[in-house]
Amino acid sequence: MADLRIAGLTKSFGAAPILRGVDLVAPSGALLAVLGASGSGKTTLLRLLSGFERAESGAIEIDGQLVAGPRVHIAPEKRRVGYVAQEGSLFPHLSVAANVVFGLAHAQRRDRFKAESLLESVGLPASYASRAPHELSGGEQQRVALARALAPAPRLVLLDEPFSALDASLRIETRQAVASALAAAGTTALLVTHDQSEALSMGQQVAVLRDGVLAQIAAPQILYRQPVDADLAQFVGEAVLLPGVATGGVATSALGRLPLALATPDGAVEVMVRPEQIRLESQINIGAAQAQVLAVTYFGQDASVLVSLEGGATRVTARVAGHNAPQPGAEVWLSVEGVAMAYPRIRPRVETGEPTALAKAKSRSGPDGEFTQHVKEEQI
Amino acid sequence: MSEAAGIGIAPRVWEPGPQARGDRTARPPAFLIGAALFAAALVLLPILFTIVQAASVSMGDAVELLVRPLVGRLLVNTIGLVAAASITCAVIGTAAAWLVERTDLPGRKVWAVLAAAPLAIPPFISSYAWVSLSNGLQDFGGALLVVTSAYYPLVYLPVAAALRGLDPALEETARSLGQGPWRCFVRVVMPQLRLALLGGMLLVALDTLIEFGAFALLRFHTFTTELYAQYRTGLDGPESSLLAVVLIVLCLVCLFAELKVRGHARYARVGSGARRVARLSRLGRARWPTFLAFVALIGATLGVPLGMVGYWLLQHAQAATAPSAPSLPLLFNATIASIGYGLAGATAALMLAAPLGYLTTRYPSRWVVLLERIAYLAQGVPGIVVALAFISLTVQTMRPLYQSAALLVIAYAILFLPFALVSVRAALAQVPRGLEEAARSLGLGPIEVAGRVLAPLTGPGIGAGATLVFVFVATELTATLLLAPIGTRTLATEVWANTSSLAFAAAAPYAALMLLISLLSTWLLAHRFGAAAFPGQG
Repeated sequence: MADLRIAGLTKSFGAAPILRGVDLVAPSGALLAVLGASGSGKTTLLRLLSGFERAESGAIEIDGQLVAGPRVHIAPEKRRVGYVAQEGSLFPHLSVAANVVFGLAHAQRRDRFKAESLLESVGLPASYASRAPHELSGGEQQRVALARALAPAPRLVLLDEPFSALDASLRIETRQAVASALAAAGTTALLVTHDQSEALSMGQQVAVLRDGVLAQIAAPQILYRQPVDADLAQFVGEAVLLPGVATGGVATSALGRLPLALATPDGAVEVMVRPEQIRLESQINIGAAQAQVLAVTYFGQDASVLVSLEGGATRVTARVAGHNAPQPGAEVWLSVEGVAMAYPRIRPRVETGEPTALAKAKSRSGPDGEFTQHVKEEQI
Repeated sequence: MSEAAGIGIAPRVWEPGPQARGDRTARPPAFLIGAALFAAALVLLPILFTIVQAASVSMGDAVELLVRPLVGRLLVNTIGLVAAASITCAVIGTAAAWLVERTDLPGRKVWAVLAAAPLAIPPFISSYAWVSLSNGLQDFGGALLVVTSAYYPLVYLPVAAALRGLDPALEETARSLGQGPWRCFVRVVMPQLRLALLGGMLLVALDTLIEFGAFALLRFHTFTTELYAQYRTGLDGPESSLLAVVLIVLCLVCLFAELKVRGHARYARVGSGARRVARLSRLGRARWPTFLAFVALIGATLGVPLGMVGYWLLQHAQAATAPSAPSLPLLFNATIASIGYGLAGATAALMLAAPLGYLTTRYPSRWVVLLERIAYLAQGVPGIVVALAFISLTVQTMRPLYQSAALLVIAYAILFLPFALVSVRAALAQVPRGLEEAARSLGLGPIEVAGRVLAPLTGPGIGAGATLVFVFVATELTATLLLAPIGTRTLATEVWANTSSLAFAAAAPYAALMLLISLLSTWLLAHRFGAAAFPGQG
């Protein structure tokens, strides 16, 4: 258990900068999720922390010990930093038990009960000890990899997209097992992911890495409700962005007058609400904006409803419960629950214009996005 | 590629991410670079020395030496044989591969093994068998017969592998578009086999260029036998070097062409995925005639060498013509010498290959690729050229090494470095870098990682490579003949000495022991190491 401090960390591959001055502090025992699109530098951050690669500048301090900094580079095996790779990286020539105790001293490796208790700490039955790694499912392999990383009592555990190779049903179960094992061990942990729901659900704090710098670090609720800019709002979840004017803590836009979450200087702003904050009413309501339903995408438990406001000049997406989904063409009245965010506008924004770089990255991420990225890299 | 490679692991495709491929700014440890440079320099040494020797001949003399009937005859003999052997091997190898892989030929599984087996018989043993069968074979036809029966598996193996890898859906599509079976083979199957076939033919050409013992026993004159004759008559010098340079150039042309074809072939095989097994063609009335043809093929390629060695083993009475009658102590000593040099050669080749293999898989860069390519050059340098260069070199500058066991082992290591390197590379490439990093993050230093992660995982692949090099060295003739310390007799040199004086019965026990070592090792390769033994044939 130790706290982690990173200051001004930079790294580039050839001429391409990957990390451009990352500052980060994680308190002892915390589970910090690092969220970033592929190519944002999150894997590089982990590899610098574990010591597989050297930073160009900046410093990393674990538990008060400088492990990387100017003229300092502690070898990976001397850092006491555990690492759980995306593919688990279990040693194929060793049994599950031998994998789990791999990093322990020789005497402890011979203790059969040690391996079994370690397996149980990640929610796996002791009977798995004698199996070969390939006899385990992907999720089980990840849990063994975590047990192996936790066995030598590291000061910090790094998890590099440990769930991305798993299918949806295994992913949730494995996430829970990993979260509880980490909580029980009380080890400071850094989880890297491109999946925003994973970051929000697992991290006590979530740090968003964007183009090699940390865009925001906050508790999941704060990150989702109060992202620092419009770009980030679109990256973390879906966002409705409308031009408006802020005056005295209230934003006026096509959706009416909305109270703001944070103090914003008066003037032209971009107003941000989440689609699920927008309520659709079939009857006129005080302060509600009249709109027409253009299209409905039905998902089952909920539905995404595209509506047009102000005679078609503005389009907004709302998310409603599945059983409340209106019919296309219906007349509705929109009201907004809760508070909105507003970002001062530097230049006028075109609603139907090009998506921003981060939004593009988001649409590309996910397993497929990751893969194309790799293929491109291979061809170079 | 390989199926579990003897360690019981489902093969997993390792997709290195942009960062996982390694820190491109990282520098490999200095001793690794040093060792790899040393290996590359050793390979270049005999080639460059031969070129420098040849360059001492003036331009006018060089033209005079090269443009004369002897060289013309050698060129016609050598290139004619190379071309003819490539074609006969292509026809027989492709036909055998198609029959074994795609038809209802009776006994396909047995033929599949037997068709590859001639590779375990050193060509000069086949040559010995045929020469002792009939004197009439000492001409072009005899040479072609021996070379074809020894080397057609070099076409058979890659073509059979390519046939196994073909997607039957393509052939079915062609059939549904109205193509008959024969036109389907010519228009759809053949084009897809082209690279495997061409690569195999170039290997046949290269091995035919390099071969010495088989032709010497057949008294068929090629560049290698002429170089040996000049050395024996004390005529070696710059003129010999000039001939050697011509031979090296011919070999390197084949080698580069083969490397290029292999590069394309690998490309074409990417992403083949899971396929159905192709339906077998019915041979119909041709089924049993084809079967008999296969029996004849195996009879000529395996039956004659094994049969003749067996026959001469039983002819004790005629042993009187032998320079020294085989006795148990002589046999024992020759066997020990062959095995000893085999082990030493395999160890030395692996020691040269290991740093190169680690560099190419873990720190790939332009310079490392260059070093690796240089190491592969060794495949295109005939043993006789290396041996002659080493003789001149040690006589001129390093007298104590002349006719020393150490020099012979170094020559073996150079000649068979490519085989060792292929195995080391393939074995290391199967160990994802992530495993080494996982071990490092668990507190293991580099030496412990090598012992507890790399050694157990690469063991089968490297063991296969070591066995392969062992077989090659234990049955090697050319370099052994020229470089062995005085008084050292190996199985190969004893077969050579006895056969040269037509003492076929005296040669037989040595030949039989050689075949035993070779076949046992090959069996070990196939059974112990499984698919890891054939990294190129995936």
